[in-house]
Amino acid sequence: MNAENRERGTGNGEPGGYPPQAGGGNGATADSWVPGARPGGATSGVVENSTFEYLLRLADDRLVLGHRLSEWCGHAPILEEDIALANIALDLIGQASALLKLAGEIEGKGRTDDALAYFRDAIEFRNAQLVELPNGDFAATIVRQFLFDAWDVLLLERLTAATNESVAGISAKALKEARYHLRHSAEWVRMLGDGTAESHARAQRALDELWPYTHELFLVDATDREAVAAGIGVDTETLRLAWRETVDRVLREATLTRPKDGFAPRGGRTGRHTEHLGRMLADMQSLARAHPGATW
Amino acid sequence: MNDKNPTAAAGAPDTARRAPADDPALVAEFEARIAAGESIEPKDWMPERYRKQLIRMMSQHAHSEIVGMLPEGNWITRAPSLRRKMVLLAKVQDEAGHGLYIYCGTETLGIDREELVDQLLAGTAKYSSIFNYPTLTWADVGVIGWFVDGAAIVNQTMLAKASFGPYARAMVRICKEENFHKKQGYESVATLAAGTPEQKAMVQDAVNRWWWPSLMMFGPSDKDSPNSAELMRWRVKRESNDTLRQRFVDLTVPQARAVGLTLPDPDLRFDEASENWLFGEIDWKEFHDVISGNGPCNRERLAARRKAHEDGSWVRAAAEAYGAKRQAADAA
Amino acid sequence: MTKDTAASTAAPDRAPADTQWGLWEVFTQEGEGAPHEHAGSVHATTAEHAMQNARDVYARRGKVVSLWVVPTASIIASVPSDAGPMFDPGNDKAYRHPQFYKVPRGVRGL
Repeated sequence: MNAENRERGTGNGEPGGYPPQAGGGNGATADSWVPGARPGGATSGVVENSTFEYLLRLADDRLVLGHRLSEWCGHAPILEEDIALANIALDLIGQASALLKLAGEIEGKGRTDDALAYFRDAIEFRNAQLVELPNGDFAATIVRQFLFDAWDVLLLERLTAATNESVAGISAKALKEARYHLRHSAEWVRMLGDGTAESHARAQRALDELWPYTHELFLVDATDREAVAAGIGVDTETLRLAWRETVDRVLREATLTRPKDGFAPRGGRTGRHTEHLGRMLADMQSLARAHPGATW
Repeated sequence: MNDKNPTAAAGAPDTARRAPADDPALVAEFEARIAAGESIEPKDWMPERYRKQLIRMMSQHAHSEIVGMLPEGNWITRAPSLRRKMVLLAKVQDEAGHGLYIYCGTETLGIDREELVDQLLAGTAKYSSIFNYPTLTWADVGVIGWFVDGAAIVNQTMLAKASFGPYARAMVRICKEENFHKKQGYESVATLAAGTPEQKAMVQDAVNRWWWPSLMMFGPSDKDSPNSAELMRWRVKRESNDTLRQRFVDLTVPQARAVGLTLPDPDLRFDEASENWLFGEIDWKEFHDVISGNGPCNRERLAARRKAHEDGSWVRAAAEAYGAKRQAADAA
Repeated sequence: MTKDTAASTAAPDRAPADTQWGLWEVFTQEGEGAPHEHAGSVHATTAEHAMQNARDVYARRGKVVSLWVVPTASIIASVPSDAGPMFDPGNDKAYRHPQFYKVPRGVRGL
């Protein structure tokens, strides 16, 4: 139990960890710090809370990535791409909204999708760090999108078999969208990798910088395991091989080199984000928070 | 001549289209076709001036859609609810699409989109004055949907019957999509007007700032508009600026009253005889300042478009290079 | 441009062009059994990209079941001055019209 607590608390294997708990060290978890979490923390193995946590992970990936993509609107390299990126952003935000609604219902405290999106702090978000990184140039945006899409398709294929009907339904629709997203991002990876010397250099640089953040996509912790046991989650470690195959194939076609594994940042799944997320949310949430309780 | 685009290539001998003075017989036949309500297609003979006017008008319209993405795009990342975020993103995406439809229609007249983009970025092409105003609050987004898309619908409904086929067809497509924009804008305005005191003040302030610029969107009175008469004769423009402006006012005033908002015009009054809402004097000096480059945001709008274009240069070049390689591989 | 030691090279022998890409015409089929109709055009440098752009621009509202994209330069169009010889209905040629054929009264299904 303690080992699981530590794992969930920090993601780094340190006991207790940040933020410090009123009761002191052992048994502290990120959950018990989070407003709205059940008293006594989530380490009691209560399935609803794990489900809630797990759904936030799914939802927050999409919300944050959709938001990042939406930042391109009006600034893309060519008109057709303004339209394409907006499409993907819309799909992702739509998926996030559906998942957040479901998460709120399961939490049972009356939090709507908007309440969850606009009134949680960065430390309460559960997205992987990969998706919160700033867009960078077009190569970085596309490479990040490709690495995510290749994973997302595999994840959603499994989630369509979830025993929770809502999760299965949302996933089935999202899978169609994700397949199209992958088609788009993979083609761009090829175009940039096998385009000009400049585009190739930018794509390779983006790949080298983003690669470390892909490892978090395949981490499995107690929350994941409980979600799998409850029939609504996926053991993403089992997706790694298929993901590598897809990625290797496209990189080869793109004449890009797969970076070596090494540095593997993590923590997003338990609220330990990069500094980028806080700034992104400051932008995203500012108006809603300036008028709490207002209807839009 | 654009050899990428055979629809633009003259079916008739080159000399007919390049002659300094158009053959009077051909002109007469052309004008008879127009008068009979026929549709002019890209490969039909047309006076060189018709072709030039259409390129100017259509490209200005397309530029407006593209630049128009910026004032509303300014609020996408701060949209205060997920639904509003998605609706706004979809709307701005539609605007990109509308620009694209119209650029494609313009290209049928024998000009490359590259050239059109260059004209916009060089500052030599015009676009609608309204997009040179800043969106200072979230309420501006709703008001733009209500006023600006509302005005655009009045204009575009007329253009859906324009004499030039590709323009009319693009307009039909756009009109179908535009209705959702205006409705969403008005719905947002209504929600704010019925909301907290801060929200109500926000939307009234936005209305106060956007009303007069929206009236100016229709352009000067036709007696002051040099192109109007010719465009009317050629059925590209079907109704006068003043007529369209009046129609917009008559539609919009009741809508404002319905949600308890006032319009910033002390002279606004209903005239029983004509059943029109008569309105005060427009400050045409402001209009001319804005269209000549000295509005609040002209420089920012062009700077944003230039940056997107320059930053995107290597991306476009990459796609070109990739395409060339694929073609070479296929040919081999 | 950065020096690149990997396999990819710029398009041979000339600086990479920066254009708005080539023009493609798009045809959409809205519903099974319907004809493909011209919807407009998109810019792209490959057929795959043209297809994706066409889908994003003309088919994202979901009523389209099939898409064709064709490089604009591949379209051969009739010329307006051909209209007379090519398209004028043969009003003087009665045998193209059903009324030419006399059939017994009361025969159904014709």
